[in-house]
Amino acid sequence: MKRTRIALVLLAAAFLLASAGCKKKQPVAPPPPPPPAPAPAPAPAPKAATINSFTAEPSTIVRGDTSTLRWSVSDATSVSIDNGIGTVPANGSRSVSPSDNATYRMTATGAGGDAVAAVTVYVTAPPPPPPPPPAPKASFEQRLAEVQDILFDYDKSEIREDARATLQRDADTLKAILADFPSAVVTIEGNCDERGSAEYNLGLGDRRATAAKEFLTQVGLPADRLKTISYGKEKPVCSDSNESCWQRNRHDHFAGAQ
Amino acid sequence: MKQLNFLSGVLLASLLAGLAAGQAQQSDIRILLTGGAKQTIALPDFRGAGAAAQFGDVFNQTVFDDIQISGIFTMAPKSFFPLNPPQQESDLRTAPEPPARRGAPAPADCAGRCLSDWAAAPVSASYLGFGYLAEQNGQLVAFGHLYNTTVADLNGARLFRKLYNGELTADGARQLAHQYAADILAKFGMPTLAGSKIYFVSDRQARGTKELWVMDFDGSNQKRLTAFNSISTMPAISPDGTRLAFTTFAKGQPRLMMYSTVTGRFIPFLNPQASVNGTPSFTPDGKSVLFASSADGRYTNIYISDLDGGGLRRLTNVRAVEVEPKVNPKNGQDVLFVSGRGGPQQIYLMNLDGTEPLRLTTGEGEASNPAWNPDGQHMAFAWTRGYAPGNWNLFIMDVSSRETVQLTTGEGRNENPSWAPDGRHLACSSNRTRSSQIFTMLADGTAVRQLTTQGNNYMPVWVK
Repeated sequence: MKRTRIALVLLAAAFLLASAGCKKKQPVAPPPPPPPAPAPAPAPAPKAATINSFTAEPSTIVRGDTSTLRWSVSDATSVSIDNGIGTVPANGSRSVSPSDNATYRMTATGAGGDAVAAVTVYVTAPPPPPPPPPAPKASFEQRLAEVQDILFDYDKSEIREDARATLQRDADTLKAILADFPSAVVTIEGNCDERGSAEYNLGLGDRRATAAKEFLTQVGLPADRLKTISYGKEKPVCSDSNESCWQRNRHDHFAGAQ
Repeated sequence: MKQLNFLSGVLLASLLAGLAAGQAQQSDIRILLTGGAKQTIALPDFRGAGAAAQFGDVFNQTVFDDIQISGIFTMAPKSFFPLNPPQQESDLRTAPEPPARRGAPAPADCAGRCLSDWAAAPVSASYLGFGYLAEQNGQLVAFGHLYNTTVADLNGARLFRKLYNGELTADGARQLAHQYAADILAKFGMPTLAGSKIYFVSDRQARGTKELWVMDFDGSNQKRLTAFNSISTMPAISPDGTRLAFTTFAKGQPRLMMYSTVTGRFIPFLNPQASVNGTPSFTPDGKSVLFASSADGRYTNIYISDLDGGGLRRLTNVRAVEVEPKVNPKNGQDVLFVSGRGGPQQIYLMNLDGTEPLRLTTGEGEASNPAWNPDGQHMAFAWTRGYAPGNWNLFIMDVSSRETVQLTTGEGRNENPSWAPDGRHLACSSNRTRSSQIFTMLADGTAVRQLTTQGNNYMPVWVK
């Protein structure tokens, strides 16, 4: 009997010591819950929050574009997203337009525990602006508009002094144009004013076109890429009966080949 | 009948005289070509019965125009006519009947039923043409007469009477009128122009384009032949009228094109390799074409080829522009052409082989558009002599004597004369009404008639 009493005391002392010594150490596993009382309805067990999904679509955006955050959370008492968004509903979406890479952390608080998830929206800089567009490619006809008409004296097909200078400049322009359009052919159109007969002007316009062609080939333009046509007086650019209009009509014009 | 051919006899005689006289007066060519002194004719209107009545105006106008344009008559003014012109022979022979219309006053004298009414002043007509129109079996019938008013005996005075049948349409009436007028002219040895056609160029279809057209000699029945929506110009017609040659830009550089007036189709023509092929004309035998070409790559000169473009031969070889070759219709040898070989464009003459070129115009101004008269002795042409460049007037030259007469004087630009088949009339273009239009006139510059009004019209070519 006495031995039994001593043993009990020792055991109790040991227990006390042990329990006193362990308080600041790891907690003792909680005692198992009491067996549910059979009669009254049992209190629901608190569940931990679960984050079913939390995505950013697209996950990579160009700066200035938006990405959509979508999430689905269950068993949460409150859901919040950092980065300035704050509390949100359990299911939802939100457009974000961060200016730099941004990580959005979601914290779902549940009675039985919290859940945390994060997505990152990566932001790329927009591609650099295109280099300044190359000067728009002018069409053959547009380029030919740079080639100046040359003017003639009445009933003459000789290249005048002023026309010679013009034609020299035209030769350079034409060389560049023909280089840019390797298969194109230029038509030199010879024209006359209204005064000579239509029949004679057919031949005179031809002489004017041929005179320019001869000049241009002498300064190095390829003859096979220069065609001539005489319009005589059939294609006037003006119809007044005065010297200024007549002079305009006594000309060679440069055009695309037909 | 012999006395009626007096006028044509005078024509022939003066023609020969004109050829002999090198330095004749200017007016001689005109008298030579047109006949000079004229007789007066009275042409009271035909009236029509029933369905024919509606065609009276077109019939009468056509007869009047054909007779007037012939240039051999003075037309008696209708306002001088007696009230009661005859309609049929019986009207002449008997004493005046009561007038056909009720309520008209009974004639106090012949009042038109006697030939002397027409011979005397104020009508003073030597000839009287009369008749009427009727409808018969759905056809239009014209009964036409011609009398010499200076012959007392009615049988002796009658030159002809003739029944004409045609369609009961305005065009049918026009045809009958042309036939009746032709019969009148034939009594005086004059060929009619009726049936002749004028090819020409018009821009009326679309601005900036020129198409080829054809019309009757009096401007009726204007029809378009080409539809290139381009510039087609400078027509020439073969002597038999079956082929039309012209210059077209439809395929770029000016080139010749050949068209059948019979089938209305284009006929292949092989153009020389050249920047210019243009200003065609036919030889009188209709077997060759002369034209201007830059086939040498330098100057537009004169060439000749077969009708299909084969057998090409060069006729001139000068460092100058040469165009508009025209072969003498009588001898088929002398070629008129335009050349800048001596400076401003002038008219030259050469042989068909290109030899013996000779300048015909004086060198003054600019000369163009030579056109042989069917007589092979005279040419009509356009010249700026005495005017600033571009102010073309029509002239006629006796080619052997170089004597010239001027037909137009500063009334706009007058170009491209073309002789009528009778050799007495000319068609030309003129901008005297601002726009360019086709006119016909007698070779003395009178009886001017405008044939076109729509758009601008150029380069008439008159063909039988």
